Amino acid sequence: MQFRLMLQRLFHEKLAFVSMIYLLLLVFLSLFASWIVPFDPNEQDLSKVMLPPDGTNWFGTDELGRDVFSRVLMGAQAAIQAGLVAILIPLVIGVPLGIISGYLGGIVDDIFMRIVDAILSFPAILLALGITGALGVSLWNAMIAIGIIFTPQFARLARGQTLQVRREPYVEAAKISGAGPLWIMMKHILPNILSPIIVQASFSFSLAILVEASLSFLGMGAQSPQVSWGGMLQQAYSMIFVNPLMMLFPGIAILISVLAGNFFGDGLRVAFDPKMKRT
Amino acid sequence: MYVIPMLIVTTLIVFSLILIIPGDPALALLGDNATEEKLALLRSQLGLDQPILIQYWNWLTNAVQGDLGRSLFTGEIVSDAVFSRLGVTFQLVIASILFSFVFGMTFAIASVIKPNSWMDYLSRFVGTLGTAIPNFWLAMLLIVLFSVNLGWLPATGFISISESPTGFLQSIILPSICLGAFGAAQITRQLRSSLLEVLESDYIRTAYSKGLLLWPVIWKHALRNSLLPVITTTGLLFGNMLGATVVIETVFAIPGMGQLAVNSILQRDFPMLQGVVLVMVVLVLVINFVTDVLYSVLDPRIEFK
Repeated sequence: MQFRLMLQRLFHEKLAFVSMIYLLLLVFLSLFASWIVPFDPNEQDLSKVMLPPDGTNWFGTDELGRDVFSRVLMGAQAAIQAGLVAILIPLVIGVPLGIISGYLGGIVDDIFMRIVDAILSFPAILLALGITGALGVSLWNAMIAIGIIFTPQFARLARGQTLQVRREPYVEAAKISGAGPLWIMMKHILPNILSPIIVQASFSFSLAILVEASLSFLGMGAQSPQVSWGGMLQQAYSMIFVNPLMMLFPGIAILISVLAGNFFGDGLRVAFDPKMKRT
Repeated sequence: MYVIPMLIVTTLIVFSLILIIPGDPALALLGDNATEEKLALLRSQLGLDQPILIQYWNWLTNAVQGDLGRSLFTGEIVSDAVFSRLGVTFQLVIASILFSFVFGMTFAIASVIKPNSWMDYLSRFVGTLGTAIPNFWLAMLLIVLFSVNLGWLPATGFISISESPTGFLQSIILPSICLGAFGAAQITRQLRSSLLEVLESDYIRTAYSKGLLLWPVIWKHALRNSLLPVITTTGLLFGNMLGATVVIETVFAIPGMGQLAVNSILQRDFPMLQGVVLVMVVLVLVINFVTDVLYSVLDPRIEFK
Protein backbone atom coordinates (compact mmCIF):
# COMPACT_ATOMS: atom_id res chain seq x y z
CA MET A 1 0.00 0.00 0.00
CA GLN A 2 1.98 2.93 -1.27
CA PHE A 3 -0.63 5.44 -0.17
CA ARG A 4 -0.60 4.25 3.43
CA LEU A 5 3.17 4.32 3.52
CA MET A 6 3.08 7.88 2.25
CA LEU A 7 0.55 8.90 4.87
CA GLN A 8 2.76 7.36 7.56
CA ARG A 9 5.74 9.36 6.35
CA LEU A 10 3.64 12.49 6.22
CA PHE A 11 2.62 11.88 9.82
CA HIS A 12 6.29 12.00 10.81
CA GLU A 13 6.60 15.43 9.26
CA LYS A 14 5.02 17.23 12.19
CA LEU A 15 4.73 20.65 10.60
CA ALA A 16 3.26 19.23 7.40
CA PHE A 17 0.75 17.20 9.36
CA VAL A 18 -0.40 20.18 11.40
CA SER A 19 -0.66 22.14 8.14
CA MET A 20 -2.79 19.42 6.63
CA ILE A 21 -5.17 19.55 9.60
CA TYR A 22 -5.35 23.33 9.23
CA LEU A 23 -6.08 23.10 5.50
CA LEU A 24 -8.80 20.53 6.13
CA LEU A 25 -10.29 22.89 8.70
CA LEU A 26 -10.20 25.64 6.08
CA VAL A 27 -12.02 23.41 3.59
CA PHE A 28 -14.60 22.61 6.28
CA LEU A 29 -15.04 26.34 6.95
CA SER A 30 -15.42 27.09 3.27
CA LEU A 31 -18.34 24.67 3.14
CA PHE A 32 -20.06 25.34 6.44
CA ALA A 33 -18.91 28.76 7.64
CA SER A 34 -22.31 30.34 7.05
CA TRP A 35 -23.81 27.99 9.69
CA ILE A 36 -20.97 28.37 12.18
CA VAL A 37 -20.37 32.12 12.25
CA PRO A 38 -21.64 33.82 15.43
CA PHE A 39 -22.92 36.83 13.45
CA ASP A 40 -24.11 37.42 9.90
CA PRO A 41 -20.85 38.58 8.28
CA ASN A 42 -22.64 41.26 6.27
CA GLU A 43 -24.94 42.52 8.99
CA GLN A 44 -24.16 46.15 9.78
CA ASP A 45 -24.60 47.65 13.22
CA LEU A 46 -23.68 51.31 13.23
CA SER A 47 -24.05 51.49 17.01
CA LYS A 48 -20.86 49.45 17.44
CA VAL A 49 -18.32 50.42 14.81
CA MET A 50 -14.60 49.69 15.04
CA LEU A 51 -14.74 48.06 18.44
CA PRO A 52 -11.59 46.41 19.76
CA PRO A 53 -11.71 42.63 20.32
CA ASP A 54 -13.87 41.58 23.29
CA GLY A 55 -15.99 38.66 24.54
CA THR A 56 -18.76 39.04 21.95
CA ASN A 57 -16.79 40.25 18.94
CA TRP A 58 -13.62 38.19 19.27
CA PHE A 59 -11.74 40.05 16.54
CA GLY A 60 -13.55 43.38 17.03
CA THR A 61 -15.80 45.07 14.48
CA ASP A 62 -15.11 46.97 11.27
CA GLU A 63 -16.11 50.49 10.19
CA LEU A 64 -19.70 49.37 9.49
CA GLY A 65 -20.05 47.47 12.74
CA ARG A 66 -19.71 44.03 11.14
CA ASP A 67 -18.16 41.23 13.17
CA VAL A 68 -14.57 40.71 11.99
CA PHE A 69 -14.34 37.16 13.39
CA SER A 70 -17.36 36.06 11.34
CA ARG A 71 -15.94 37.77 8.27
CA VAL A 72 -12.55 36.09 8.65
CA LEU A 73 -14.27 32.69 8.88
CA MET A 74 -16.40 33.45 5.82
CA GLY A 75 -13.33 34.62 3.93
CA ALA A 76 -12.07 31.02 3.90
CA GLN A 77 -14.60 30.35 1.17
CA ALA A 78 -13.07 32.72 -1.39
CA ALA A 79 -9.57 31.54 -0.49
CA ILE A 80 -10.35 27.82 -0.82
CA GLN A 81 -12.34 28.36 -4.01
CA ALA A 82 -9.49 30.34 -5.54
CA GLY A 83 -6.94 27.73 -4.48
CA LEU A 84 -8.96 24.81 -5.87
CA VAL A 85 -9.98 26.36 -9.19
CA ALA A 86 -6.48 27.69 -9.70
CA ILE A 87 -4.97 24.20 -9.44
CA LEU A 88 -7.80 22.40 -11.19
CA ILE A 89 -7.35 24.32 -14.45
CA PRO A 90 -3.63 23.53 -14.82
CA LEU A 91 -4.22 19.91 -13.75
CA VAL A 92 -6.89 19.41 -16.39
CA ILE A 93 -5.26 21.44 -19.18
CA GLY A 94 -1.57 21.85 -18.42
CA VAL A 95 -0.68 18.33 -17.33
CA PRO A 96 -2.21 16.50 -20.35
CA LEU A 97 -0.64 19.00 -22.77
CA GLY A 98 2.72 18.57 -21.04
CA ILE A 99 2.53 14.78 -21.24
CA ILE A 100 1.53 14.84 -24.91
CA SER A 101 4.28 17.32 -25.72
CA GLY A 102 6.94 15.32 -23.91
CA TYR A 103 5.77 11.97 -25.27
CA LEU A 104 5.46 13.01 -28.90
CA GLY A 105 8.53 15.25 -28.97
CA GLY A 106 9.65 16.79 -32.25
CA ILE A 107 8.05 19.88 -33.69
CA VAL A 108 4.92 19.68 -31.51
CA ASP A 109 7.15 19.79 -28.45
CA ASP A 110 9.22 22.68 -29.85
CA ILE A 111 6.24 24.89 -30.63
CA PHE A 112 4.56 23.99 -27.41
CA MET A 113 7.53 24.81 -25.23
CA ARG A 114 8.05 28.18 -26.96
CA ILE A 115 4.47 29.09 -26.04
CA VAL A 116 5.00 27.93 -22.46
CA ASP A 117 8.22 29.96 -22.20
CA ALA A 118 6.44 32.99 -23.59
CA ILE A 119 3.60 32.82 -21.07
CA LEU A 120 6.09 32.24 -18.25
CA SER A 121 7.97 35.40 -19.19
CA PHE A 122 4.94 37.50 -18.26
CA PRO A 123 4.93 38.87 -14.73
CA ALA A 124 2.28 36.55 -13.28
CA ILE A 125 0.15 39.05 -11.38
CA LEU A 126 0.16 41.43 -14.34
CA LEU A 127 -1.11 38.75 -16.70
CA ALA A 128 -3.75 37.66 -14.19
CA LEU A 129 -4.80 41.29 -13.90
CA GLY A 130 -4.95 41.69 -17.67
CA ILE A 131 -7.07 38.54 -18.11
CA THR A 132 -9.40 39.55 -15.26
CA GLY A 133 -9.67 43.02 -16.74
CA ALA A 134 -10.60 41.61 -20.13
CA LEU A 135 -13.05 38.98 -18.84
CA GLY A 136 -14.68 41.42 -16.43
CA VAL A 137 -14.04 41.90 -12.74
CA SER A 138 -15.33 39.07 -10.54
CA LEU A 139 -13.96 36.41 -8.19
CA TRP A 140 -14.76 33.69 -10.70
CA ASN A 141 -12.83 35.43 -13.50
CA ALA A 142 -9.93 36.13 -11.14
CA MET A 143 -9.77 32.42 -10.31
CA ILE A 144 -9.81 31.49 -14.00
CA ALA A 145 -7.04 34.01 -14.64
CA ILE A 146 -4.92 32.57 -11.83
CA GLY A 147 -5.54 29.07 -13.20
CA ILE A 148 -4.40 30.17 -16.65
CA ILE A 149 -1.18 31.72 -15.40
CA PHE A 150 -0.35 28.53 -13.46
CA THR A 151 -0.97 26.24 -16.44
CA PRO A 152 2.43 26.62 -18.17
CA GLN A 153 4.33 25.63 -15.02
CA PHE A 154 2.38 22.39 -14.76
CA ALA A 155 2.76 21.72 -18.47
CA ARG A 156 6.51 22.20 -18.23
CA LEU A 157 6.77 20.00 -15.15
CA ALA A 158 4.66 17.22 -16.71
CA ARG A 159 6.72 17.39 -19.90
CA GLY A 160 10.03 17.17 -18.05
CA GLN A 161 8.84 14.20 -16.03
CA THR A 162 7.46 12.50 -19.14
CA LEU A 163 10.82 12.87 -20.88
CA GLN A 164 12.38 11.04 -17.95
CA VAL A 165 10.02 8.08 -17.87
CA ARG A 166 9.19 7.58 -21.54
CA ARG A 167 12.35 5.55 -22.18
CA GLU A 168 11.80 3.37 -19.12
CA PRO A 169 11.61 -0.39 -19.79
CA TYR A 170 7.95 -0.65 -18.72
CA VAL A 171 6.94 1.97 -21.29
CA GLU A 172 8.96 0.18 -23.99
CA ALA A 173 7.35 -3.09 -22.93
CA ALA A 174 3.88 -1.62 -23.19
CA LYS A 175 4.72 -0.27 -26.62
CA ILE A 176 5.98 -3.63 -27.87
CA SER A 177 2.89 -5.38 -26.53
CA GLY A 178 0.88 -3.13 -28.79
CA ALA A 179 -0.47 -0.42 -26.50
CA GLY A 180 -1.49 2.81 -28.24
CA PRO A 181 0.01 6.20 -27.32
CA LEU A 182 -3.13 7.32 -25.47
CA TRP A 183 -3.18 4.16 -23.34
CA ILE A 184 0.52 4.48 -22.55
CA MET A 185 0.19 8.12 -21.56
CA MET A 186 -2.81 7.44 -19.34
CA LYS A 187 -1.86 4.12 -17.77
CA HIS A 188 1.91 4.14 -17.69
CA ILE A 189 3.20 7.68 -17.78
CA LEU A 190 0.63 9.65 -15.77
CA PRO A 191 0.72 7.46 -12.63
CA ASN A 192 4.51 7.59 -12.58
CA ILE A 193 4.85 11.35 -12.83
CA LEU A 194 2.08 12.16 -10.39
CA SER A 195 4.10 12.79 -7.22
CA PRO A 196 5.99 15.93 -8.31
CA ILE A 197 2.77 17.26 -9.82
CA ILE A 198 0.88 16.85 -6.55
CA VAL A 199 3.71 18.61 -4.69
CA GLN A 200 3.59 21.45 -7.22
CA ALA A 201 -0.19 21.63 -6.82
CA SER A 202 0.23 22.13 -3.09
CA PHE A 203 2.61 25.06 -3.58
CA SER A 204 0.40 26.52 -6.31
CA PHE A 205 -2.59 26.24 -4.00
CA SER A 206 -0.99 28.56 -1.47
CA LEU A 207 0.30 30.88 -4.17
CA ALA A 208 -3.25 31.09 -5.55
CA ILE A 209 -4.52 32.19 -2.14
CA LEU A 210 -1.87 34.90 -2.18
CA VAL A 211 -2.69 36.07 -5.72
CA GLU A 212 -6.44 35.99 -5.06
CA ALA A 213 -5.90 38.14 -1.98
CA SER A 214 -3.83 40.59 -4.03
CA LEU A 215 -6.45 40.82 -6.76
CA SER A 216 -9.27 41.25 -4.23
CA PHE A 217 -7.19 43.88 -2.47
CA LEU A 218 -6.99 45.78 -5.75
CA GLY A 219 -10.76 45.41 -6.12
CA MET A 220 -10.45 42.91 -8.97
CA GLY A 221 -11.35 39.70 -7.21
CA ALA A 222 -14.23 38.97 -4.88
CA GLN A 223 -16.96 41.61 -4.96
CA SER A 224 -19.25 42.54 -2.08
CA PRO A 225 -21.29 40.88 -0.53
CA GLN A 226 -18.85 37.98 -0.94
CA VAL A 227 -16.30 38.25 1.86
CA SER A 228 -12.63 37.78 1.08
CA TRP A 229 -9.51 38.38 3.13
CA GLY A 230 -8.03 40.55 0.39
CA GLY A 231 -11.21 42.60 0.21
CA MET A 232 -11.21 43.02 3.99
CA LEU A 233 -7.66 44.32 3.79
CA GLN A 234 -8.70 46.79 1.11
CA GLN A 235 -11.23 48.24 3.57
CA ALA A 236 -8.72 48.11 6.38
CA TYR A 237 -6.29 50.04 4.20
CA SER A 238 -8.77 52.88 3.76
CA MET A 239 -9.12 52.96 7.57
CA ILE A 240 -5.41 52.63 8.27
CA PHE A 241 -5.07 56.03 9.96
CA VAL A 242 -8.30 55.61 11.92
CA ASN A 243 -8.21 52.00 13.08
CA PRO A 244 -5.01 50.11 12.25
CA LEU A 245 -6.23 47.05 14.17
CA MET A 246 -8.70 46.15 11.41
CA MET A 247 -5.96 44.82 9.15
CA LEU A 248 -4.51 42.42 11.68
CA PHE A 249 -6.74 39.34 11.48
CA PRO A 250 -7.41 39.02 7.72
CA GLY A 251 -3.67 39.41 7.12
CA ILE A 252 -2.83 36.73 9.66
CA ALA A 253 -5.43 34.45 8.04
CA ILE A 254 -3.75 34.83 4.64
CA LEU A 255 -0.26 34.39 6.08
CA ILE A 256 -1.11 31.20 7.99
CA SER A 257 -2.99 29.69 5.06
CA VAL A 258 -0.11 30.34 2.66
CA LEU A 259 2.41 28.98 5.16
CA ALA A 260 0.26 25.88 5.67
CA GLY A 261 0.16 25.24 1.92
CA ASN A 262 3.94 25.61 1.70
CA PHE A 263 4.66 23.37 4.71
CA PHE A 264 2.25 20.76 3.41
CA GLY A 265 4.02 20.84 0.05
CA ASP A 266 7.42 20.45 1.73
CA GLY A 267 6.08 17.53 3.75
CA LEU A 268 4.60 15.84 0.69
CA ARG A 269 7.89 16.17 -1.11
CA VAL A 270 9.68 14.36 1.69
CA ALA A 271 6.88 11.80 1.99
CA PHE A 272 7.05 11.00 -1.72
CA ASP A 273 10.80 10.88 -1.77
CA PRO A 274 12.43 10.01 1.55
CA LYS A 275 15.89 10.45 0.04
CA MET A 276 15.15 14.14 -0.44
CA LYS A 277 16.86 16.40 2.00
CA ARG A 278 14.63 18.74 3.90
CA THR A 279 15.05 22.38 2.86
CA MET B 1 17.80 33.55 -32.32
CA TYR B 2 15.63 32.54 -29.39
CA VAL B 3 14.35 36.04 -28.61
CA ILE B 4 12.48 36.54 -31.89
CA PRO B 5 9.94 33.69 -31.57
CA MET B 6 9.50 34.67 -27.92
CA LEU B 7 8.68 38.22 -28.97
CA ILE B 8 6.18 37.00 -31.55
CA VAL B 9 4.34 34.78 -29.08
CA THR B 10 4.38 37.30 -26.24
CA THR B 11 3.11 40.13 -28.44
CA LEU B 12 0.41 37.78 -29.70
CA ILE B 13 -0.67 37.15 -26.12
CA VAL B 14 -0.70 40.87 -25.28
CA PHE B 15 -2.69 41.58 -28.40
CA SER B 16 -5.19 38.82 -27.76
CA LEU B 17 -6.14 40.28 -24.38
CA ILE B 18 -8.62 42.39 -26.31
CA LEU B 19 -10.03 39.30 -28.03
CA ILE B 20 -11.10 37.64 -24.78
CA ILE B 21 -13.38 40.53 -23.81
CA PRO B 22 -16.77 38.80 -23.87
CA GLY B 23 -19.15 40.08 -26.53
CA ASP B 24 -18.46 43.21 -28.54
CA PRO B 25 -15.31 44.87 -27.12
CA ALA B 26 -16.43 48.29 -28.35
CA LEU B 27 -19.71 47.94 -26.50
CA ALA B 28 -17.93 46.61 -23.40
CA LEU B 29 -15.50 49.53 -23.45
CA LEU B 30 -17.99 52.32 -24.10
CA GLY B 31 -20.89 51.00 -22.07
CA ASP B 32 -24.56 50.50 -22.96
CA ASN B 33 -25.28 54.18 -23.54
CA ALA B 34 -22.91 54.48 -26.50
CA THR B 35 -24.37 55.68 -29.78
CA GLU B 36 -23.98 53.58 -32.91
CA GLU B 37 -21.65 56.18 -34.45
CA LYS B 38 -19.36 56.18 -31.45
CA LEU B 39 -19.27 52.39 -31.52
CA ALA B 40 -18.40 52.36 -35.20
CA LEU B 41 -15.70 54.97 -34.61
CA LEU B 42 -14.14 52.99 -31.80
CA ARG B 43 -14.30 49.78 -33.83
CA SER B 44 -12.38 51.33 -36.68
CA GLN B 45 -10.05 53.08 -34.23
CA LEU B 46 -9.21 49.72 -32.65
CA GLY B 47 -9.30 48.05 -36.07
CA LEU B 48 -11.96 45.64 -34.83
CA ASP B 49 -13.70 45.68 -38.20
CA GLN B 50 -10.78 43.83 -39.81
CA PRO B 51 -9.72 40.16 -39.75
CA ILE B 52 -7.83 39.18 -36.58
CA LEU B 53 -4.46 38.45 -38.19
CA ILE B 54 -4.53 41.81 -39.99
CA GLN B 55 -5.46 43.47 -36.70
CA TYR B 56 -2.47 41.82 -35.05
CA TRP B 57 -0.14 42.74 -37.88
CA ASN B 58 -1.23 46.39 -37.83
CA TRP B 59 -0.97 46.58 -34.07
CA LEU B 60 2.49 44.96 -34.13
CA THR B 61 3.95 47.13 -36.91
CA ASN B 62 2.65 50.23 -35.13
CA ALA B 63 4.01 49.01 -31.80
CA VAL B 64 7.45 48.41 -33.30
CA GLN B 65 7.45 52.02 -34.48
CA GLY B 66 6.58 53.13 -30.97
CA ASP B 67 2.93 53.81 -31.71
CA LEU B 68 0.79 52.03 -29.13
CA GLY B 69 -2.32 54.08 -29.84
CA ARG B 70 -4.11 56.52 -27.60
CA SER B 71 -5.79 56.16 -24.24
CA LEU B 72 -9.54 55.60 -24.60
CA PHE B 73 -10.04 57.51 -21.41
CA THR B 74 -7.84 60.60 -21.54
CA GLY B 75 -6.73 60.59 -25.17
CA GLU B 76 -3.12 60.59 -23.97
CA ILE B 77 -0.58 58.93 -26.26
CA VAL B 78 0.03 55.48 -24.71
CA SER B 79 3.76 55.30 -25.38
CA ASP B 80 4.29 58.72 -23.76
CA ALA B 81 2.28 57.73 -20.70
CA VAL B 82 4.09 54.42 -20.31
CA PHE B 83 7.59 55.78 -20.82
CA SER B 84 7.03 58.73 -18.50
CA ARG B 85 6.28 56.18 -15.76
CA LEU B 86 8.97 53.70 -16.70
CA GLY B 87 11.67 55.62 -14.80
CA VAL B 88 9.70 55.58 -11.55
CA THR B 89 9.05 51.84 -11.69
CA PHE B 90 12.64 51.19 -12.69
CA GLN B 91 14.01 53.09 -9.67
CA LEU B 92 11.64 51.16 -7.41
CA VAL B 93 12.54 47.76 -8.83
CA ILE B 94 16.30 48.41 -8.75
CA ALA B 95 16.04 49.54 -5.11
CA SER B 96 14.05 46.38 -4.30
CA ILE B 97 16.55 44.12 -6.04
CA LEU B 98 19.35 45.77 -4.07
CA PHE B 99 17.40 45.25 -0.85
CA SER B 100 16.77 41.58 -1.68
CA PHE B 101 20.37 40.98 -2.58
CA VAL B 102 21.93 42.67 0.46
CA PHE B 103 19.51 41.13 2.95
CA GLY B 104 19.44 37.75 1.26
CA MET B 105 23.24 37.53 1.30
CA THR B 106 23.49 38.72 4.90
CA PHE B 107 20.92 36.24 6.18
CA ALA B 108 22.33 33.35 4.16
CA ILE B 109 25.90 33.92 5.36
CA ALA B 110 24.74 34.50 8.94
CA SER B 111 22.88 31.22 8.72
CA VAL B 112 25.76 29.04 7.49
CA ILE B 113 28.61 30.34 9.64
CA LYS B 114 27.04 28.87 12.76
CA PRO B 115 24.46 26.17 12.02
CA ASN B 116 21.63 25.88 14.56
CA SER B 117 22.55 29.15 16.25
CA TRP B 118 19.91 31.87 16.80
CA MET B 119 21.17 33.58 13.65
CA ASP B 120 20.55 30.43 11.67
CA TYR B 121 17.03 30.11 13.06
CA LEU B 122 16.33 33.79 12.40
CA SER B 123 17.48 33.44 8.79
CA ARG B 124 15.37 30.34 8.22
CA PHE B 125 12.40 32.08 9.83
CA VAL B 126 12.81 35.10 7.56
CA GLY B 127 13.29 32.83 4.56
CA THR B 128 10.04 31.02 5.32
CA LEU B 129 8.02 34.08 6.25
CA GLY B 130 9.19 36.22 3.34
CA THR B 131 7.75 33.90 0.71
CA ALA B 132 4.36 33.65 2.43
CA ILE B 133 3.58 37.15 3.66
CA PRO B 134 1.25 39.16 1.40
CA ASN B 135 3.33 42.15 0.28
CA PHE B 136 0.46 44.62 0.62
CA TRP B 137 -0.18 43.47 4.19
CA LEU B 138 3.50 43.90 5.03
CA ALA B 139 3.21 47.37 3.50
CA MET B 140 0.28 48.21 5.76
CA LEU B 141 2.11 46.93 8.85
CA LEU B 142 5.17 49.02 8.00
CA ILE B 143 3.06 52.11 7.29
CA VAL B 144 1.38 51.79 10.68
CA LEU B 145 4.71 51.32 12.43
CA PHE B 146 6.99 53.77 10.63
CA SER B 147 4.58 56.40 9.33
CA VAL B 148 1.63 56.48 11.71
CA ASN B 149 3.27 55.64 15.03
CA LEU B 150 6.90 56.70 14.68
CA GLY B 151 6.42 59.31 11.94
CA TRP B 152 9.84 58.55 10.46
CA LEU B 153 8.91 57.86 6.86
CA PRO B 154 6.16 59.09 4.51
CA ALA B 155 3.21 56.70 4.15
CA THR B 156 2.68 57.39 0.45
CA GLY B 157 4.16 59.27 -2.48
CA PHE B 158 7.35 59.13 -4.48
CA ILE B 159 10.24 61.54 -5.00
CA SER B 160 12.55 60.86 -7.94
CA ILE B 161 16.28 60.45 -7.26
CA SER B 162 17.05 63.29 -9.68
CA GLU B 163 14.76 65.62 -7.74
CA SER B 164 16.10 65.03 -4.24
CA PRO B 165 18.34 62.09 -3.27
CA THR B 166 17.34 62.23 0.43
CA GLY B 167 13.66 62.54 -0.43
CA PHE B 168 14.10 59.59 -2.79
CA LEU B 169 15.64 57.48 -0.05
CA GLN B 170 12.86 58.31 2.38
CA SER B 171 10.11 57.57 -0.10
CA ILE B 172 11.68 54.38 -1.45
CA ILE B 173 12.61 52.56 1.80
CA LEU B 174 9.19 51.11 2.69
CA PRO B 175 8.11 50.25 -0.88
CA SER B 176 11.39 48.52 -1.67
CA ILE B 177 11.26 46.48 1.55
CA CYS B 178 7.76 45.28 0.65
CA LEU B 179 8.59 44.61 -2.98
CA GLY B 180 11.92 43.02 -2.05
CA ALA B 181 10.79 40.85 0.89
CA PHE B 182 9.90 37.91 -1.32
CA GLY B 183 13.19 38.22 -3.19
CA ALA B 184 15.21 38.51 0.01
CA ALA B 185 13.59 35.30 1.26
CA GLN B 186 14.22 33.52 -2.05
CA ILE B 187 17.87 34.57 -2.15
CA THR B 188 18.34 33.59 1.51
CA ARG B 189 16.97 30.10 0.88
CA GLN B 190 18.81 29.61 -2.39
CA LEU B 191 22.17 30.95 -1.23
CA ARG B 192 21.94 29.15 2.11
CA SER B 193 21.44 25.76 0.50
CA SER B 194 24.11 26.29 -2.15
CA LEU B 195 26.58 27.60 0.46
CA LEU B 196 25.92 24.56 2.66
CA GLU B 197 26.61 22.34 -0.32
CA VAL B 198 29.80 24.14 -1.33
CA LEU B 199 31.14 24.25 2.24
CA GLU B 200 31.12 20.43 2.25
CA SER B 201 33.40 20.19 -0.78
CA ASP B 202 37.02 19.15 -0.86
CA TYR B 203 38.55 22.45 -1.89
CA ILE B 204 36.95 24.17 1.09
CA ARG B 205 38.47 21.56 3.41
CA THR B 206 41.81 22.20 1.69
CA ALA B 207 41.43 25.92 2.22
CA TYR B 208 40.76 25.38 5.92
CA SER B 209 43.59 22.92 6.28
CA LYS B 210 46.13 25.32 4.83
CA GLY B 211 45.22 27.62 7.71
CA LEU B 212 42.66 30.01 6.24
CA LEU B 213 40.08 31.45 8.60
CA LEU B 214 36.32 31.25 8.24
CA TRP B 215 35.76 34.64 6.61
CA PRO B 216 38.38 34.41 3.87
CA VAL B 217 37.09 30.94 3.04
CA ILE B 218 33.52 32.19 2.73
CA TRP B 219 34.39 35.35 0.81
CA LYS B 220 37.04 34.05 -1.54
CA HIS B 221 36.12 30.42 -2.00
CA ALA B 222 32.58 29.54 -1.07
CA LEU B 223 30.64 32.63 -2.09
CA ARG B 224 32.09 32.83 -5.57
CA ASN B 225 30.82 29.39 -6.42
CA SER B 226 27.52 29.74 -4.62
CA LEU B 227 26.51 33.00 -6.24
CA LEU B 228 25.90 31.57 -9.71
CA PRO B 229 22.43 30.18 -9.05
CA VAL B 230 21.61 33.41 -7.21
CA ILE B 231 22.16 35.31 -10.48
CA THR B 232 19.44 33.24 -12.14
CA THR B 233 17.13 33.78 -9.18
CA THR B 234 17.75 37.53 -9.30
CA GLY B 235 16.96 37.59 -13.01
CA LEU B 236 13.66 35.81 -12.38
CA LEU B 237 12.92 38.10 -9.45
CA PHE B 238 13.02 41.07 -11.76
CA GLY B 239 9.94 39.92 -13.65
CA ASN B 240 8.24 38.94 -10.44
CA MET B 241 8.85 42.38 -8.93
CA LEU B 242 7.70 44.19 -12.06
CA GLY B 243 4.40 42.36 -11.71
CA ALA B 244 4.16 43.03 -7.99
CA THR B 245 4.49 46.78 -8.62
CA VAL B 246 0.77 46.75 -9.48
CA VAL B 247 0.07 46.10 -5.81
CA ILE B 248 2.91 48.01 -4.14
CA GLU B 249 2.54 51.14 -6.29
CA THR B 250 -1.16 51.17 -5.48
CA VAL B 251 -0.55 50.89 -1.72
CA PHE B 252 2.12 53.58 -1.64
CA ALA B 253 0.52 55.78 -4.32
CA ILE B 254 3.62 55.67 -6.51
CA PRO B 255 2.95 56.97 -10.04
CA GLY B 256 4.63 54.11 -11.91
CA MET B 257 3.65 51.52 -14.51
CA GLY B 258 1.98 49.22 -11.98
CA GLN B 259 -0.40 51.94 -10.90
CA LEU B 260 -1.02 52.79 -14.55
CA ALA B 261 -1.93 49.14 -15.22
CA VAL B 262 -4.42 49.05 -12.33
CA ASN B 263 -6.02 52.34 -13.36
CA SER B 264 -6.32 51.32 -16.98
CA ILE B 265 -8.14 48.13 -15.98
CA LEU B 266 -10.51 50.02 -13.69
CA GLN B 267 -11.22 52.44 -16.56
CA ARG B 268 -11.31 49.63 -19.15
CA ASP B 269 -8.64 51.54 -21.07
CA PHE B 270 -7.41 48.71 -23.23
CA PRO B 271 -4.75 50.34 -25.44
CA MET B 272 -3.12 51.65 -22.26
CA LEU B 273 -3.23 48.24 -20.56
CA GLN B 274 -1.76 46.57 -23.64
CA GLY B 275 0.97 49.20 -23.72
CA VAL B 276 1.96 48.62 -20.09
CA VAL B 277 1.87 44.83 -20.39
CA LEU B 278 3.87 44.93 -23.62
CA VAL B 279 6.61 47.19 -22.23
CA MET B 280 6.87 45.09 -19.06
CA VAL B 281 7.16 41.79 -20.88
CA VAL B 282 9.77 43.19 -23.28
CA LEU B 283 11.72 44.39 -20.23
CA VAL B 284 11.53 40.88 -18.76
CA LEU B 285 12.78 39.34 -22.01
CA VAL B 286 15.69 41.79 -22.10
CA ILE B 287 16.60 41.00 -18.48
CA ASN B 288 16.43 37.25 -19.14
CA PHE B 289 18.78 37.75 -22.06
CA VAL B 290 21.20 39.79 -19.95
CA THR B 291 21.08 37.14 -17.20
CA ASP B 292 22.00 34.43 -19.69
CA VAL B 293 24.91 36.45 -21.03
CA LEU B 294 26.08 37.31 -17.51
CA TYR B 295 25.92 33.68 -16.53
CA SER B 296 28.17 32.59 -19.36
CA VAL B 297 30.65 35.37 -18.52
CA LEU B 298 30.77 34.36 -14.84
CA ASP B 299 30.93 30.65 -15.51
CA PRO B 300 33.19 29.89 -18.48
CA ARG B 301 31.92 26.30 -18.59
CA ILE B 302 28.55 27.52 -19.82
CA GLU B 303 28.54 28.63 -23.40
CA PHE B 304 26.11 31.30 -24.52
CA LYS B 305 24.09 30.18 -27.51
